[in-house]
Amino acid sequence: MGLFLSVILYGTLLVFVVGILRKVIQYATIPAPLKIPTTPAPTTRTGVVFRLGREVVLFESLFKASKWTWLFGWLFHFGLLLVLLAHLRYFTEPVWWWVALLAPFSPYFGMMMMFGLAGLLARRFLVDRVRYISAPSDFLMLVFLMAIAGSGLIMRYWLHADIVQVKEFALGLLAFDFGLLGFNPILVLHLVLVAVLLLIFPFSKLLHAPGLFFSPSRNQVDNPRERRHIARWAKPLDGNRGEKPHG
Amino acid sequence: MAKAPEFDVPEAGDYIFTPPVLPGAMSHSQPFVAKEAHQEAVGYPGELIDNWQEVAIEKLGEMTKKYRGLQVYLDSCVKCGACTDKCHYFLGTGDPKNMPVARQDLLRKVYRRYYTLAGKYLPKLVGAEDLTEEVLDDWYKYYHQCSQCRRCSVYCPYGIDTAEVSMAAREIMATVGKGQKYCNEIIGKVHKIGNNLGLPEKALANTLEGLEEDVLEDDGVAVKFPLDVKGADVLLVTPSADFFAEPHIDGLIGYAKVFHQAGLSWTVSSHASEAANFGLFIGSYENMQKVALRIREAALELGVKRIVFGECGHAWRVGYSFLNTLAGPFDFLDSNYPVPQHIIEVTHDLLSQGRIKLDPEANDDKRVTFHDSCNVARASRMGSKAGGQFVLPREVIKAACNNFFDMRADTIGEATFCCGGGGGLLTDDLIELRTKGAMPRMQALKEVNEQHQITHMAAICAICKSQFSKVLPYYGFEMDQIISVHQLVGDALVMDTEH
Ligand code: HEM
Ligand code: HEM
Ligand code: SF4
Ligand code: SF4
Repeated sequence: MGLFLSVILYGTLLVFVVGILRKVIQYATIPAPLKIPTTPAPTTRTGVVFRLGREVVLFESLFKASKWTWLFGWLFHFGLLLVLLAHLRYFTEPVWWWVALLAPFSPYFGMMMMFGLAGLLARRFLVDRVRYISAPSDFLMLVFLMAIAGSGLIMRYWLHADIVQVKEFALGLLAFDFGLLGFNPILVLHLVLVAVLLLIFPFSKLLHAPGLFFSPSRNQVDNPRERRHIARWAKPLDGNRGEKPHG
Repeated sequence: MAKAPEFDVPEAGDYIFTPPVLPGAMSHSQPFVAKEAHQEAVGYPGELIDNWQEVAIEKLGEMTKKYRGLQVYLDSCVKCGACTDKCHYFLGTGDPKNMPVARQDLLRKVYRRYYTLAGKYLPKLVGAEDLTEEVLDDWYKYYHQCSQCRRCSVYCPYGIDTAEVSMAAREIMATVGKGQKYCNEIIGKVHKIGNNLGLPEKALANTLEGLEEDVLEDDGVAVKFPLDVKGADVLLVTPSADFFAEPHIDGLIGYAKVFHQAGLSWTVSSHASEAANFGLFIGSYENMQKVALRIREAALELGVKRIVFGECGHAWRVGYSFLNTLAGPFDFLDSNYPVPQHIIEVTHDLLSQGRIKLDPEANDDKRVTFHDSCNVARASRMGSKAGGQFVLPREVIKAACNNFFDMRADTIGEATFCCGGGGGLLTDDLIELRTKGAMPRMQALKEVNEQHQITHMAAICAICKSQFSKVLPYYGFEMDQIISVHQLVGDALVMDTEH
């Protein structure tokens, strides 16, 4: 079992890393030919860093748009972040002090995640506008994440996994030493789902995470009168007037 | 003067009501398709080509490699629904395909089908679809129910801008021979004659002369309206509607008075007698650049030192955000002034330097509110600080008028509602859409009117002004309640008669 899980986790992690890298390189190399920040926009680079920071940490635009979606979405994402950080307890030895601090609360972060996901799912069913724009994959994605969190919580409260063994397995993964793992069906499910998550990440709407940083309406500086902004492909159209294109 | 409409005008109630989804509510609405001559004049095939599917799919792929925004937007939407109740066309019609995300999905489902792994192998799961004739029809209908106002992009957590998606879709449609008549015909006129109205130099000269006589008669001041004057300091580039249409023309008179009183030498150019640039609306970089270059040519030809734009929303977007890129560098102009400047910036500067004076009592008969135009609000700036595009016009209005009242906060500034006629939709074949799309703005106007007995709504966009004069009557207002900001300025300006 340990070997099987190790192999699929490695395999899917590889797909994840290569897939995301491919996308990030693609986003980084496609030119944005015109200045299109949604204004009012920051007039300096530093300002843009803060704007993106607020979007990532506070979901600023979403907050302006819909308080309910914001609440559920924010609880889900920050629950997820905290759960992942607390999971570092399996991968560090000795456990980093701040991870040790988070770890006892991990189930609550998991519940936070579940609550957020449930709210988002309910919204998808109940609000006619959101129902209209949802494809089957949009429902499934939420159910799927609930299954990951749910299987984790089940292990926490009912069908306990052998945590010492999990830790050995996890540290083994890091050391390329494929350890053994007792057959706890819920744990296997948990890990298989995690593998699937890694697999679909670069091919699905989960690309919103890297996408945000490359969105020209959010990441551009508002300075078009001061600086020309010519894309590579627009250079030939520029005649002999211009300077160097921006890349 | 209430009009008897040939369709149901939505009610502008006590608040902006989010309608239930009514599939197909606007599936009958589409603009006239461009004729062969209009298409060819702007570099596209005359009619729908035989292998349009193939070409459209290829063009889509090509555009995702040229426009990072498009690629990121097509990939990133999580269907969170935050934008679904933000579009004035959805609010006014209830047609779900007018929800920004659904509008994007018309293109996204095709992108997914042909360019993503999931869409190729599991189309049903992720909502991917083949590009069929019905899909093309939907594109044509619903990408012409988007005024490219960017309101949705304010609220999207990733800034997904449906305007960009609409522009790309229109470019793809034009490329396969299905362009829109209104826009393409107009762009052809600009390329050929120099302005949207197809107004030749002679007629323009006559109009400007007529204006000089009018102002002399009304105010007793010999204000000039110069045309093609070499060596003038300022080149004024203004929407051609300013030369003819009401209430635009009173705005033009306002600019002329400001220039006159401040002692600035200025001129209009017959070569670039148009600020509007519909190349933006059809998503064509090439056409937009070609139109923008006329301004550069005129500035060089006339040897001016500054370029100033008149009141026009999308023109200011192209001017502020793109002109330097498309037609720069402008190192031959006076570097003490930004290139280009907005007439509001000019007037604001002159006021703060005390070079002109306004007497707001001249407008005491008016109680005014201000409509932030989308392209000024969400796609450009005025002055040196972010958000100056909201502050400067209001300061100018308040200097010109004692009774100013803003509409509700969530309907102005960056949240402003489109007039309903922007983005290349200001055509009679779309009057139903335009009227319905104006509902949210009309609601906010009604509300401020009830509280403050508003007499006029001022705007700084030629399209907004034309659109409002047409749709105000559908909502129980008078068509002349929409005015130019520079009409207020012109009326309040303290003129020295000896100039
Ligand atoms: C930079 C990191 C990220 C940012 C800024 C971000 C931001 C957002 C925002 C603003 C939303 C819309 C609101 C909502 O529906 O919750 C959203 C939706 C979503 N995010 Fe993220 N996210 C990030 C990373 C992730 C990751 C790592 C995952 C998955 C494991 C994820 C999964 C989702 C899902 C499934 C949705 C759709 C929720 C729905 O169906 O309503 N996100 N994200
Ligand atoms: C190789 C990676 C992973 C391993 C070895 C792992 C293992 C575990 C184990 C053993 C538990 C039970 C904790 C307990 O009994 O106290 C658990 C819980 C949980 N897991 Fe994972 N997990 C992994 C990845 C993930 C990922 C990627 C997610 C989220 C997308 C996730 C979400 C959760 C949640 C929400 C819980 C319940 C809350 C908690 O006790 O922390 N896990 N995980
Ligand atoms: S850009 Fe404006 S008109 Fe177009 S979908 Fe967005 S809100 Fe609607
Ligand atoms: S707000 Fe943005 S991410 Fe959310 S549904 Fe609309 S376009 Fe998609």
